[in-house]
This record gives sequence, structure tokens and C-alpha cells, in this order.
Amino acid sequence: MTDRFEIPARLKTTSYACMGIGAVTLIAGIAVLLLGHSTDTDKIRFWNTLLHDSVFFTLITTVSVFVQAVANLAHGGWIVAYRRVPEAIGANLWIFGSIAVLVMFYIVFGFRVGADKHNPIYEWVTPGEDKILLGKSPFLNKGMFVMFTLAAVGLWAFFGQKFRSMSIAQETAPKNETRIFWKVFRLSGLFLLVYALTQMSTIPWLWIMSTQAHWFSTMFSWYSFASAFVSGWSLILLWVIYLKNKGNLIFVTKEHLHDLGKFMFAFSIFWTYLWFSQYMLIWYANIPDETTYFKLRQQGPYSIIFYSNLVINFAMPILVLMSTPSKRNYFTLTFMAMVIIFGHWLDFFQMFMPGPLGEHWHISWYEIGIFVGFVGILISSVARTLAKSSLIPSNNLLLKESMMHLS
Amino acid sequence: MAIKKFAVATYTDEAVLFPAVKKVRKSGYKLHDVYTPFAVHGLDVAAGHKTTDLHIAGFIYGICGTSTAVGFISWVYTADWPQNYGGKPHFALPAWIPITFELTVLFAAVGMVLTFCYLNQIMPGVKKHVFHPRQSDDTFVVAIELPESASEKEALDFLKSTGAGETNIQVAEASWWYGRFDKTEPYELAAAGK
Repeated sequence: MTDRFEIPARLKTTSYACMGIGAVTLIAGIAVLLLGHSTDTDKIRFWNTLLHDSVFFTLITTVSVFVQAVANLAHGGWIVAYRRVPEAIGANLWIFGSIAVLVMFYIVFGFRVGADKHNPIYEWVTPGEDKILLGKSPFLNKGMFVMFTLAAVGLWAFFGQKFRSMSIAQETAPKNETRIFWKVFRLSGLFLLVYALTQMSTIPWLWIMSTQAHWFSTMFSWYSFASAFVSGWSLILLWVIYLKNKGNLIFVTKEHLHDLGKFMFAFSIFWTYLWFSQYMLIWYANIPDETTYFKLRQQGPYSIIFYSNLVINFAMPILVLMSTPSKRNYFTLTFMAMVIIFGHWLDFFQMFMPGPLGEHWHISWYEIGIFVGFVGILISSVARTLAKSSLIPSNNLLLKESMMHLS
Repeated sequence: MAIKKFAVATYTDEAVLFPAVKKVRKSGYKLHDVYTPFAVHGLDVAAGHKTTDLHIAGFIYGICGTSTAVGFISWVYTADWPQNYGGKPHFALPAWIPITFELTVLFAAVGMVLTFCYLNQIMPGVKKHVFHPRQSDDTFVVAIELPESASEKEALDFLKSTGAGETNIQVAEASWWYGRFDKTEPYELAAAGK
């Protein structure tokens, strides 16, 4: 039983067009920096936008690996009908991971502005005489940053590739052979440990929270994980619906879609819960060290993003996705998945921008062009991986359970 | 509250019960209910029950809880008894969110439980006619409602033909009532084979 995905010409054109837009935007951005009278703000905007997009796409593609690991550990059978999708996304995580590593390493090691040559994005790289930054230097230093970044991206990419290759290997294994099944089971447990020590804790501190190195929040890693998780699910859902519309994924029914929609709904609420837990404690305690974060975002120049973030990521999912029929409808699911991905891109935007850029934020040709470029890379690479093997893991031990799944 | 006549049949096998329920619905007899000792998957569909609207009731109860909480707290802190807590504004919405959330959940949960009891006519202390003592033990029981004009013998023969074990005719209260079994249910006439 096979189910091959042929990349349609239109998808290819779209992805190349998106990548073209991204490349042109990048070149135009470099040109502005080199030719015009560019200020420090322009330079910071250039690098901070690349950082924002590469980190966002790395984190949401990592979610696919996490989803597989959780399903493997829980013996979740329902995922099998569409598991080639998270596999393909996870197997291409290394692309975004490498871009993110390149951007971050340039920012940490090479990017300096001003007369005193300080680092405007990761201030802790050049702490000077700042007592707070020096106090944090046992953790926030170049060595730790390089170690954690390389380890995290390397391990995520390794597990992303490994889960896919083992799933493909199961196809040629003898029927009902469980050796690979239990090997994947053990590796999944290992991956969850890795994931807990990276994306759920240290990595958001180092990559995102340290763009405002004076400020800290103990909720931050969970909050940014929830943000990445719900957009990662939406990404899987978009691919599942796309392939379903192309006539592939014949075992995926409305029951699977309903459960994917439930995850999208539930984790939007989970995100709101964590967002609010962070917000309320800081609001209630009202300590100046902590409130600086929300002062800039809620009352400062970012208030429009702050409030639209809540409307898009909380009010819209809870109102639209609450009823059963909307979770079984292709249109509402596609629409909400795109809205949620955009909403959490905005959420990451307001995590990254206020620290380095202050009030000089833009969402204009450069930010959008780079985002479109990353979308192009994602579409092209995932489609290519999907086309490489049958979309039905026909020798998977849990395939029958997946076919009979009821939401 | 109505006393009605029922033809009752017992079954011991799911594989017999499902076709029997389908035959009852096809035959034109009015299926009163099917009693099983445990939840049987798919029986709700076979017995012709529609998907429940209980969750819509839950949503409405939840909204009631939200508005009760926000309405009451905001009235207390802005109109009835405004006080200065740590320099916070009187309308301190973030501080109220946890309580609003809890009341939403409480209203939705309690309201849905009560609605569920009402829809199924079950409640602690409230009685309902038991068609067969073993319906909560090891026997499936199907009860069909007979109009006065219907032939009892025909109905029992029909139930026998679907593979039933015991069959009988019972005249009993169809809905729930408050009180005691022995005092308030003298109607039960074990009329097997009549």
C-alpha cells in the first residue's frame, strides 16, 4: 500500500517565489546597510529581524519532533495516519537551526555598535561595569551560549532525522517486528529529556530572554514553549489539510482533524494561561525591575501589538474553535491555523524587538519579506521530503488503530 | 407523570441486543429505553439518540459564571466598597481573572451535572421504575411502550422473535418521582405470558 505525494508545479512556484522574495529582501536590507546613511537602529533592525524569524521557525519545527516523541512514548496510534508530516517537518529542522546558529553566532561574536563597541541585542556579551550583567555572567556568557546552542540545535536535528529514518526503516522490516518500535520508544524518552533541558528551559533564556538581559521571568521558557507548540501544531495541521486536499493521506478522516483542532484550541488556552500567569504576578508585585518588560509593551509603543496578540491568540481561538462543527471544517481549521501562526509570530516579535530596538519598531517590507522567505524555505524543503517516501507508514504497528480512530 | 404499559425483554448478549434494538425501531414499536449494566459503545446510535446538546448548556452556564463574577466583584470594588489595595486601580481586572475563571468552571460544572441529571431523570433520592432487577447486574433490558390498542401477545411474540430471554408486560410509572418504591409503586403487575 503506497501513497506517493507528487509536488504540484504550483506549490513549487509558490515556494520559489517566497524564497525569491526573501532573498531580494535580504539583499535590499544589506544594500540599505551598505549604501545608505544607515544608523545603528537600522543595523539592529536588520539583525534582530533575522534572529526573530530564524529562532521562531527553528522552535516551531522542533515541535514536530516533540510531538512524535510524545506520541511514541504514549503509544499514541492516531498520529500514524499522518505521521509522515511531522516527520518531514522535523527532518528539515536542521535548515532553520543552522540559519539560527549562524545569525546568533554573528550577533554574539561580531555585532557591535556605537563608540564603546557594545552589543545592542545581547547586552551580556559586553557587560562593561554593569553589576547586574556581571552577576549573571556565570550563566550568560559566550561559552555557555555556544555550548547550549550547538547542543540544542544538534540534538534536535539529530532526533528529527533519526525519527524519520527509523520510521522509514520500519517499512522494510519484517511484518509485526517490534525491534524498531521499542528502539524509537527509548529514543523518545531520551528526546523528552533533551527537550526539557533545552526548549522548555535554557534555550529561551539564552536566545530570547537575554535580549533584555537585565530582566528575567521564571515563567518565560514555558510561555515561549507554549507559543511555539501551538504554532507548531498549526503548521502540522496546515500540511495535513493541504495533503488531504491533494487526495493524499487517505486514512486521515474528520476524526483526526477534529483532534488536531482540539489540540490547537486547547494549547491556545494553555498559552493564554501561561501568558497571564507571567503577566499577573508582575502586575501584582509591581516591582520596577520586573515591570519594565510590560511598561514598554503594554503602555509604550508596542501596545497595539500587545493587545492584538491577546485578541488573535486567545479571543479568536476560544470563540471560533470552541464548537465541534468548526473543528471538523476544513475552512475554519485552515483559517485559524494561519491566524495562530501569524499571531504567535507577532508574539515572538514582541518578545524580541522591544529590548534591542526600543520604540523604533517596524513591521514593514523588511520584516514581512524575511518572514515570507522563511515560509518559502519551509514549504520547499518539507514538500521535497514528503515526496521522497510513501505517505502511509503501511508497516507501522499502530496503523490499524489510527485508521479506526474516533475523536 | 404518566402510567404506561410496557413490553419488557431481557438479553444476555450484545451481539443479540444490537440487532434486536434495530428491529424494534424498524418495527414501529416505540422504544422506551435500553438498560445496560455498563456503557455499551454504539448503543446510543443504535437506539436512535441524537448527539447531546449538553455542552451548549455548559457554555451558557459558563457565561453566567463569568458575568456573575465580573459583575459582582466590579460592583463591590468600584461602587459598593472601593478601597485602595497597594495603589492598584479600583477596577483591577487582572486580579479578578482567577476568581472569574473559577466561577466560570464552577457554574459550568454544577450546571451541567444538574442538567445531566434532569435530562436522564436521575437524582439521589428520586425513584424510577426498575424494569428488571438484574438490569444493573448482568442483563440487558429493552422496554417498549405499548399503546392501549396494541396486542400484548403480538408484542411479546415479536420480542421473543428478536432473541429475548424473559419477556413480560409491565404497567408502570414512565418518568421519575420522589418518594418510596413500596408505597408509591403499586402498579407493577408481573404479567408474564399474559
